[in-house]
Amino acid sequence: MRANYQVEVTSGVFLLLGIAAMLWLATEATDYGMQVGDDTYRVTARFSNVADLKDGAPVKIGGVTVGLVERISLDPVTFDAIVELQIDGRYADIPTDTSASILTSGILGDRYVGLEPGGALEALADGDQILITQSAVVLESLVSKYLFNTGKEEGE
Amino acid sequence: MNAPGSRKSRLMAPIAETGHCGLFLIRMLAGLRFEHQQLISVLQQIYLVGARSLVIIMICGFFVGMVLALQAINALQQFGASDQVSLLVGKTLFRELGPVLTALLFAGRAGTSIAAEIGLMKATSQIDAMQLMAIDPIQRIALPRFLAGLVSVPLLAAMFNAFAILGAVIFSIGVMGIDPGIFWSKLQTGIYFGKDFVGGIWKSVVFGGLVSLIAVYFGYYAKPTSEGVGTATTRTVVLSSVLILIFDFIMTSFLI
Repeated sequence: MRANYQVEVTSGVFLLLGIAAMLWLATEATDYGMQVGDDTYRVTARFSNVADLKDGAPVKIGGVTVGLVERISLDPVTFDAIVELQIDGRYADIPTDTSASILTSGILGDRYVGLEPGGALEALADGDQILITQSAVVLESLVSKYLFNTGKEEGE
Repeated sequence: MNAPGSRKSRLMAPIAETGHCGLFLIRMLAGLRFEHQQLISVLQQIYLVGARSLVIIMICGFFVGMVLALQAINALQQFGASDQVSLLVGKTLFRELGPVLTALLFAGRAGTSIAAEIGLMKATSQIDAMQLMAIDPIQRIALPRFLAGLVSVPLLAAMFNAFAILGAVIFSIGVMGIDPGIFWSKLQTGIYFGKDFVGGIWKSVVFGGLVSLIAVYFGYYAKPTSEGVGTATTRTVVLSSVLILIFDFIMTSFLI
């Protein structure tokens, strides 16, 4: 019975260690803890081009993540991309004249939505729309614009 | 009980053996009782196959993490992107190397010992003795070992990943001077809980079941000679390694 007890204790320790490793990996080494809590509100923003922005991409103010992109859809009439943002309830005082732009972290990094707070006294509420937006900068169109412009200058 | 390898047609033999193995699995799972006694023997087997594989898993994981970080930094430096090292290491570990290497190590460390142990029980007529005492050897001998493997491998894979991340942290932050904040934030934004982490766990559950089923099956149907035990051990390692890699490809193509 004595040896049996030791075996049980050791296997119990092993099981707990394994589960602890799983929990540590899930919370520290994946995006699990990054999801915003239950207390959130939603705002939408319209962009003419979202490039490769994905669901779940972070929403940042001043580089700090305050929420995430919940859904991206296309307006069937105006052909604008409608991006629904889910913002943490702790940041409830974001002014209504805040501007949203789609930015890239680094040169090769992922796309995220950057918010630039304005100066209005009223705060965005659930269901509001951010009116001032700036679309993603697509490298290809920049390059083609550059080529086109220099071509025209040489032609003149 | 004939060894299924000695059936008639050469072509049909592998198919027949697969079916035989499936029936064996069903007979084994039919013995599932959730009794105290069964729980105790599963715990004992978890100690033997899981807890005692822990040290080798931790050491291997640690060095795999270090070498991954080393290779990744070397390759990424050419593009000036060595900041991305944790993302590369994390994705590789969670999706592929963690589950696969753990299962391969488990097959070598625990699968062989299960097959040899059961094979030897058979060679020394212990299994026949059990049958005479009206104890179902499949339920008593095979099932606890199978369940222990099924539970242990995902946990071992988690330990492997944890130590590999630790190795990568020590190498890239301690030795190569990557900024720790960037290292962790790349992990926490780039590794997806649902796709990468849970997908990896699913893989290792499947691998754990596969390896322990093969080990138990080959041990149980080993020829009751010393040579037969040796053959069963070898076939366990070979077949489980091959099947792990095949299943890995199949599962990956469905998970992505």
